[in-house]
Amino acid sequence: MDNKKMKKTTKSSIITYAMVIAVYIIVEIMLKTGSMSSLMQGLLVPICVYIILAVSLNLTVGILGELSLGHAGFMCVGAFSGAFFTKVMAEIIPNVGVRLFFAILVGAAVAGLFGIIIGIPVLRLKGDYLAIVTLAFGEIIKNIVNVLYVGKDSVGLHLSTKDAVALKLAEGGEVIINGAQGITGTPHASTFTLGIILILVTLFIIMNLVNSRTGRAIMAIRDNLIAAESVGINITQYKLLAFAISAALAGVAGVLYAHNLSTLTALPKNFGYNMSIMILVFVVLGGIGNIKGSIISAVILTLLPELLRGLNNYRMLIYAIVLIAMMIFNSSPKAIELRMRLVEKFCIRKKKGAA
Amino acid sequence: MHQEKERGCITMALLEVKDLNIAFGGLKAVDRFNITIEKGELYGLIGPNGAGKTTVFNLLTGVYKPDSGSISLDGKDITGKRTIDINQAGVARTFQNIRLFKNMSVLDNVKVGLHNNNKYSTIEGILRMPRYFKVEKEMNNRAMELLKVFGLQNECNFKASNLPYGKQRKLEIARALSTEPVLLLLDEPAAGMNPNETKELMDTIRFVRDEFGMTILLIEHDMKLVSGICEKLTVLNFGNVLAQGQTSQVLNNPQVISAYLGD
Repeated sequence: MDNKKMKKTTKSSIITYAMVIAVYIIVEIMLKTGSMSSLMQGLLVPICVYIILAVSLNLTVGILGELSLGHAGFMCVGAFSGAFFTKVMAEIIPNVGVRLFFAILVGAAVAGLFGIIIGIPVLRLKGDYLAIVTLAFGEIIKNIVNVLYVGKDSVGLHLSTKDAVALKLAEGGEVIINGAQGITGTPHASTFTLGIILILVTLFIIMNLVNSRTGRAIMAIRDNLIAAESVGINITQYKLLAFAISAALAGVAGVLYAHNLSTLTALPKNFGYNMSIMILVFVVLGGIGNIKGSIISAVILTLLPELLRGLNNYRMLIYAIVLIAMMIFNSSPKAIELRMRLVEKFCIRKKKGAA
Repeated sequence: MHQEKERGCITMALLEVKDLNIAFGGLKAVDRFNITIEKGELYGLIGPNGAGKTTVFNLLTGVYKPDSGSISLDGKDITGKRTIDINQAGVARTFQNIRLFKNMSVLDNVKVGLHNNNKYSTIEGILRMPRYFKVEKEMNNRAMELLKVFGLQNECNFKASNLPYGKQRKLEIARALSTEPVLLLLDEPAAGMNPNETKELMDTIRFVRDEFGMTILLIEHDMKLVSGICEKLTVLNFGNVLAQGQTSQVLNNPQVISAYLGD
């Protein structure tokens, strides 16, 4: 019995990895043969970013069971700290690849740190209250970044919240974060391959975490806080841990995002609550707690608006209808029943065919 | 005199509660509560609805902090400590309204209980280092052993919420035992059970006491169960101790009878 169960979870993880790798191979082949439009090519890295965001948010929403609407805020922290690192270290680490590697680590660490700092007060709240406060924190982060001016000269780093002139940079100094204009000139280092590698790393971390002692503690807190406490689970510690890991992975997505753009600015569009809600939509639509589902819905919902571009004005209408249809298909009891019946029928036919 | 000496020196009580008080606003939910439980005893806590029985459990497990009084377990003071510290000191409990980890498997429910006595770090878990496999194997074996005691081994991969009611109660006891307690608190273990299930539960409770050398304090309304397995009883009424002592004596106490049946 026991071995069977172990096999089941490992099997499910292997299927998920295989799915990602298969998509990677198909896309690479399409790229090599030139059968992919440049529009689609431009979407490859953003899709990777969204997948990482959706999977990492699933840790907070699905595994820990807390509704967080500040995920874009952590992504923002990761994006800016990663891009900042790449700019500052341009001379010390000339190799772009190595620099990006460290930038990812820095982005993850800083976002994780923010996750802890914000998590300490916020995780005392529950449900809707937590959602609203995380939403507010996400907005605060975005707005702070918008008034942040950081420059570098021979003396060292200068920081201001007023304007670029207030930095009083010495001769030859350079403004790195220029307030609302953000960071310009980050190298275009993000590639689809890197995105896939980061997705695999994210999946590895989250799926192994869930199937470990720590993951069980986190899920126990989700299922019954009082019972978890009664068997000696440290609630605060594990909530914070899950929140911080989720934030750190969002930071990784942010670094990937930042290195795919020549100008990184904190706009409501990319780091605002719209983004947070979009990530939440990926998670909810894919099934809360379902990691494979998060990946699939992130891909579909990113591609859909682009694929429907030809329909012009009806685009968002159809997008909305697809959302509703998917939601019904995924969670309505009647639809689940129908799905089960279809699968059963299919299996029987297959068996008959085999015999 | 002789008895007192014996108590002080040779057999120290496992649980010693002295003058425990807690009030919620103007309501004295528990008023000067005293109890002494020796190691290996099966002790019953009974009383009419609203007498403060569950509040006593919540005080013993640190859910509430007492206004005054002291609780000592095995000679160590655990008054006002946090729930998780009290659990690690050796007190485990079940709940009146079953509180399982509903979306987790039966096996995982028990493995959560094994959390503190079988350790590896989060990093070791993520990177699947050798210790992960070693400790997980130990945990699986231990959890299966416990599930076997309660006849749940065949349901180990079921979702906990899919178990029938009686088995959910058993799983809760198994989970509590997995934390390796010295004192087990059962809050109405027979609630909602039919007579057959209750009888089976009585055997299980007795078995747990004998097999694990456990000391058990239980709250129960089912008088058949109480008179059948409890060696000693404490009767609570309106937060006060009404009677205390050997089961047969307590149940024949006219005050107790009037509290239960009315004047």
